[in-house]
Amino acid sequence: MAADVHKKKGWEVPNGSLVPADGQHTERSESPTPGLAQGTEPGAGQEGTMFVHARSYEDLTSPEDAGVTSRIPEEGQGDEVDQTNMEQISKDFSELSTQLTGMALDLEEEMRQSKEDKLDLSPQTCRRDSVLSGKEEEDVTMDAWRMHQKHVFVLSEAGKPVYSRYGSEEALSSTMGVMMALVSFLEAEKNAIRSIHADGYKVVFVRRSPLVLVAVARTQQSEQEIAHELLYIYYQILSLLTWTQLNHIFQQKQNYDLRRLLAGSERITDNLLDLMARDPSFLMGAVRCLPMAAGVRDAVSASLQQARAKSLVFSILLSRNQLVSLVRKKDQFLHPIDLHLLFNLISSSSSFREGEAWTPICLPKFNSSGFFHAHISYLEQETDLCLLLVSTDREDFFTVSDCKRRFQERLRKRGVYHVLQEALRTPFYSISQVGIPDLRHFIYKSKSSGLFTSPEIEAPYVSEEEKERLLGLYQYLHSRAHNSSHPLKNIYFTGPNENLLAWVTSAFELYVCYSPLGTKAGAISTVNKLMKWIRKEEDRLFILTPQTY
Amino acid sequence: MALRELKVCLLGDTGVGKSSIVWRFVEDSFDPNINPTIGASFMTKTVQYQNELHKFLIWDTAGQERFRALAPMYYRGSAAAIIVYDITKEETFTTLKNWVKELRQHGPPNIVVAIAGNKCDLNDVREVMEKDAKDYADSIHAIFVETSAKNAININELFIEISRRIPSTDTNPQSSSKGFKLRRQPSVTKRSCC
Repeated sequence: MAADVHKKKGWEVPNGSLVPADGQHTERSESPTPGLAQGTEPGAGQEGTMFVHARSYEDLTSPEDAGVTSRIPEEGQGDEVDQTNMEQISKDFSELSTQLTGMALDLEEEMRQSKEDKLDLSPQTCRRDSVLSGKEEEDVTMDAWRMHQKHVFVLSEAGKPVYSRYGSEEALSSTMGVMMALVSFLEAEKNAIRSIHADGYKVVFVRRSPLVLVAVARTQQSEQEIAHELLYIYYQILSLLTWTQLNHIFQQKQNYDLRRLLAGSERITDNLLDLMARDPSFLMGAVRCLPMAAGVRDAVSASLQQARAKSLVFSILLSRNQLVSLVRKKDQFLHPIDLHLLFNLISSSSSFREGEAWTPICLPKFNSSGFFHAHISYLEQETDLCLLLVSTDREDFFTVSDCKRRFQERLRKRGVYHVLQEALRTPFYSISQVGIPDLRHFIYKSKSSGLFTSPEIEAPYVSEEEKERLLGLYQYLHSRAHNSSHPLKNIYFTGPNENLLAWVTSAFELYVCYSPLGTKAGAISTVNKLMKWIRKEEDRLFILTPQTY
Repeated sequence: MALRELKVCLLGDTGVGKSSIVWRFVEDSFDPNINPTIGASFMTKTVQYQNELHKFLIWDTAGQERFRALAPMYYRGSAAAIIVYDITKEETFTTLKNWVKELRQHGPPNIVVAIAGNKCDLNDVREVMEKDAKDYADSIHAIFVETSAKNAININELFIEISRRIPSTDTNPQSSSKGFKLRRQPSVTKRSCC
């Protein structure tokens, strides 16, 4: 029955607002079976979901994603109340695009000027703020530069450098020229270059006109996964500029030096690449919650919900890339990718630590043509609790700022401020709590809620290299499970240092790491116990009752 | 005591120390590894000036190119604008002149303009002469100070001077002679290398 509902709704809804049908929670079973429908697995939201449904990363890497057509939610499909909401938001967006045109006009003017005065684009004006970022540019002729695990390059279709993870773009302009030549050479034959595999390297190309993204990697990741990371970089650039503006710029001037507009953002992109190597959120396409008692979380969510304003679309409370609470406008769903970009933005800069920041931000999966305006501030200077309020109106700073004040007031009134601080002290739980001897670590993702949980990485994965190796193993399992030509549902992998298990169903994904001494039969018999434990703890590990304004 | 809210915005090239000046003024702290501001940052500080309390509503804007178009949102309705340059970087002084030009064209009339030559502790690598900057500031009737957010030089003085120049509430702001002259032509527009 549940499966039928599921099929009828289908995976693809135009505005991506697929919500598991209400009432499914009555069918929540003790421990899930492979046939269990989405929306009933541990961690599934009981009252709908917070995120746009992302099947997994296939739909992020699929070709139709390339269009990045505007996702203005004009296909209102709710009742009349929703309709007005939709109209309001559409209106907000059209206003946004007017503002956007304003920005673009400024650019046009600049470009005209720069045509008159070629010197305007001297390296000095588009210098990289290496002093600011405190990062010495590497010498690209050195062996150390060649030895990096993963290089990432972004260039324009004219072959102009836009970004390089290591080394200065100027020094790499001829290398990037070669990359563009490769792309163009194959395109001339109506082909597209996807990757080159040679000498232990994978060179992966992602083409998102007007940009070309290239990774040169020595990691164990599959081509598909590297391409997925490159897409994140592309979305990161969109979040700074919007797709509309990016295209407009290059339509006006093909050989525009985009570094000029991206100046100062290298830190954000660098941070994203580092984060992707450490944090499984990106691999999972899901969000991790800060574990806390359901009652406390509900009180926080209710406080957030009460501190609403007309222009607010999302109110998000987070702590170090973990979600505490998210309240959204009815019928507006955030995409996990957009939330990851927001998390990355916040973690990449210490400038949010003081005062209240107010910045335009494009959420490319939500709407790649306009800017939202984000109010970003830490609740107190000494904590990691960061409040992010996403508004449609750039003039609404003081209203939104007042929402923060009201939120903090509510928290104090409800007396949860202290408990919340307490929860921050234990941002991770230990694997020993599960009580399975051979179990070392796991990642469990609830597909319907777009949330995942994972314990602290403990011994023997102590050093950064070991932690990255463990994530590498998960990446391997993930790529095998999601291989587009041979997807696998169950994987058991026996390695010299650990045994691994992957179990992918339509409702959840589970990746488990066991000690190498266990057996396959033992591992399989404990999976059920692990699932029961997750079910028992789900209200602490997940957000089961997401709120709307 | 009467409380007046004064909206002040900081403008200037990236990396000249706008945020550092604000941090020094508001928190009396300094972070040598400060990250570039993203968008704009809002802070307040209330100080006593004569028989009034002046609450500064400070908009610290990002100096990066991509936020350029947002500036009017912050200087619009401002009582004062602090335009900051780095005394060790000639080109930041050129950017400053462009800001003055923009304020003249699009900024509020009578906005008090203050020019701050920051990083004056780095006198050894100075590129902008104090006299040149002072002459320029005088020519546009702007406040001028050289500051060091690092060594806390002239930061409070800068804001006190703004308090002093803001027309008091009982006089007609139009008649203030200390205000920023909207129509005055810039005397020097030195086009340097870029």
